[in-house]
Amino acid sequence: MSQMSAYRVERWTRQSAVFCALAACLLAVLALGPWIFTASITDHLTTLFIYVILAVMWNALAGYGGLISIGQQAFFGLGAYALIRLSSAGIPLYLAMLIGALLVGLLALPVGQLMLRLRGGEFAVGMWVLAELTHFLVNLDPMIQGETGTSLVALNAFAPAAARADTYWMGLLIMLALLVTVFMLLRGRVGASIQAIRDDEIAAASVGVNVGAGKRVMFILAALGTAAAGALWVTTSISFQPAAYFNIQWTAYMLFMALVGGLGTFEGPIIGAVLFFLIEAWFGATGVVYLIGLGGIALGFSIFVPRGIWGVVETRLGLRFLPVGYRLLALPGEK
Amino acid sequence: MTILNVEALEAAHGLLKAVRGVSFSIAPGEVVALVGANGAGKTTLLRTIAGAHRAAAGAISFEARNITKLRAHQRVRLGIAMVPEGRRLFAGMSVEENLKVAGAHGRRGRWTIETVLEAFPQLKPKLKARAGELSGGQQQATAIGRALMTNPRLLLLDEVSLGLSPLAVDQVYASLRTLLDSGTTIILVEQDLTRALAVSSRVICMLEGAIVLAGRSDALGRAEITEAYFGLKRSATPS
Amino acid sequence: MNLLNQILQGILLGGFYALLACGLSFLFGVMRIINLAHGSLAVLAAYLLMSLINATNWPPFAGLILVLPVMALIGWALQFAVLNRSLRSGPLIPVLSTFGIAVILDNAMFQQYGANTVSLGPDIGDLAYNSWNLTSTLYIGQLDALIFATAVAALGGLQLCLTYTPIGRTIRATAEDPSVVELVGIDARKVYAMAAVISMIFAGLAGAFLGMRSSFAPYAGGPLLIFAFETVVIGGLGSLWGTLVGGIILGVAQNIGAAINPRGFLIAGHLVFLAILILRTFGGGSIFRALRRLGRPA
Repeated sequence: MSQMSAYRVERWTRQSAVFCALAACLLAVLALGPWIFTASITDHLTTLFIYVILAVMWNALAGYGGLISIGQQAFFGLGAYALIRLSSAGIPLYLAMLIGALLVGLLALPVGQLMLRLRGGEFAVGMWVLAELTHFLVNLDPMIQGETGTSLVALNAFAPAAARADTYWMGLLIMLALLVTVFMLLRGRVGASIQAIRDDEIAAASVGVNVGAGKRVMFILAALGTAAAGALWVTTSISFQPAAYFNIQWTAYMLFMALVGGLGTFEGPIIGAVLFFLIEAWFGATGVVYLIGLGGIALGFSIFVPRGIWGVVETRLGLRFLPVGYRLLALPGEK
Repeated sequence: MTILNVEALEAAHGLLKAVRGVSFSIAPGEVVALVGANGAGKTTLLRTIAGAHRAAAGAISFEARNITKLRAHQRVRLGIAMVPEGRRLFAGMSVEENLKVAGAHGRRGRWTIETVLEAFPQLKPKLKARAGELSGGQQQATAIGRALMTNPRLLLLDEVSLGLSPLAVDQVYASLRTLLDSGTTIILVEQDLTRALAVSSRVICMLEGAIVLAGRSDALGRAEITEAYFGLKRSATPS
Repeated sequence: MNLLNQILQGILLGGFYALLACGLSFLFGVMRIINLAHGSLAVLAAYLLMSLINATNWPPFAGLILVLPVMALIGWALQFAVLNRSLRSGPLIPVLSTFGIAVILDNAMFQQYGANTVSLGPDIGDLAYNSWNLTSTLYIGQLDALIFATAVAALGGLQLCLTYTPIGRTIRATAEDPSVVELVGIDARKVYAMAAVISMIFAGLAGAFLGMRSSFAPYAGGPLLIFAFETVVIGGLGSLWGTLVGGIILGVAQNIGAAINPRGFLIAGHLVFLAILILRTFGGGSIFRALRRLGRPA
């Protein structure tokens, strides 16, 4: 039998150290955003932040929790709705954003209890039914007046430039907070168990991984994050029409970003969001053809490149920018 | 004259090489025991011959025909059948249905439901029972019967004694007697060395994916096989 | 509103839902895939039929002779190009691919046919509104009865075929264990192709009847998928007869909901769906096991 060499387990690589340094510089620039960019660019970046949030959250659920949901628009709409309600009740706008998201996260606890018993396609469509139900319930609110909707009146208290800047920073902050949360979760025990669940649920359970807890964490986090995105969206678009928020379209976007970017990777959804943002900027105006194109690309990726762009890059080049995994290194000098 | 010829066969599970450069030939009517420790690659080798696993390199020819690229169901039509590890019956279907479904797609020959029941009389009262509700021994009999329904010329048996009580194993091997005497070529993977040596004409021992020992069952001593099985180094001086 | 009549209409509606869900249920039973494009494909069939009628003036039932084979071909192509490959990457990828197909189809139909709501009702003449009056307040529409009978025939025929015929046994074995089934000489891919073809033929029938009994528009596929899915879940995933029961329960719930409140139609269905889900996950599993045994052969 061959001798076992001594090994060292490493989390940070030179690549990740370099990359994190670069990311920190980028962040510094972004933080100065509203002061150095034009109003148009600031708006666009805010939209990009929202897309990143949506992509990262959908990936957290699907890529790490192994749960494909086509009903996340429920939380997107609820986040926007919560903001409207809370801010009209007198709570300061940006505080209401956070509280609203937290409330939706809390709501996700009992909802998850029920829905997480479902598997695969059942869970996927079940969440959609839930979204439809939520849409209906929100319609019943007299303040919303069915499909007519309302607008984020509380925003009137802010000057446009200030609102733009505040929303930008809020978006940046929430995006960072969620990215860091996902990162910490992945590095910790929850992360290892989640990746084990993703790879083989039964095997994971057999070594004591609390499969249920891992999925619940992802479900609640995804609900919370998606709700925050919804709240941010209504702040940028000011009007809230239930049909525009509780729309399956949002799932199509989230799915596209996560799948094309790379399901189950950390960097993937960010790439997917940037790609989606660019595609929308260039082709969004072409209307229905754009949607057909999105669907076609998603279909193509699901058949030919299911691991997504970053999944392929990661495997081929062995790159990993963020230290979420472990690397096994043989110590030199041993056979 | 060989019925099966395996040349430099390689098979992998992802990055792990399970079968490395295995070569051997089998003549018609031979009963070959494939032995080795867990993880030696026996099941992978068998599955690759049956077509359930893709060969990474090398060639397999059956009755002088290159079957390396053929899918499993095509190999069944040619006359190779496998009884997989763990039986793998269609649990929701009855014994009769398990047999019928195999009989519908295999080759014509002496094995029909009647002759299978003659070989495995313990199944007669259980014909309409759900396969999932049978005892281990009955399931094994059904699994072997199912493979026989395709009238194979080469039968691959993967650990038929696994998980069975000694009595059940006896019963299975007793039923196999008729099979063994009928001249069907058989490769059987078997953990129980005694039984393996008792029924086979040849033995092949694998270790970590390669063949470490091969020869006639009556010519090889137990000590030799045990050493090869565990990969122990031979002592310099004969003991 | 006569409640008894509402219930009767609900039962008849259930027949339509059962026919709609039949293909979805069957494909899931064999391949364990929920085809998220199922609704959109039914709508596609309706549009194809409409185009054929407009071009040739054939009656709709005659048009089916061309449309159903086209749907069968679509089923084969779907399995060959998409489902087979996405199955290899795990059980979740087919959900994504079929969703992608739904997005493409919905928007392509919008691009091709515009936003208008259309119907095949005008093309079937009296059948669209003739009915048999059981009493002064109870009636059964002839088209509805035809749809219900078709659903029963479809589900029953499929169930009989699965239980008693050799091909049915082959399908059941493949559904149980697609890798082992190859070891007994069955080409699992061919079985899957057959299942997809059958599924699409039923989707085509459902689409045709949808056009005849009411109306459709490019984005109608989504709601249809939800109804089909709710039907399948209420009746028990994987059970064919359960699909009929599920359809009836859904139809009746929706109609009673509509009787209570004009907006209650959809929501009653969703609530019943959730209630059944809650029941199933927190107890009452025995009811569903019994239902399932109805649909499971031997």
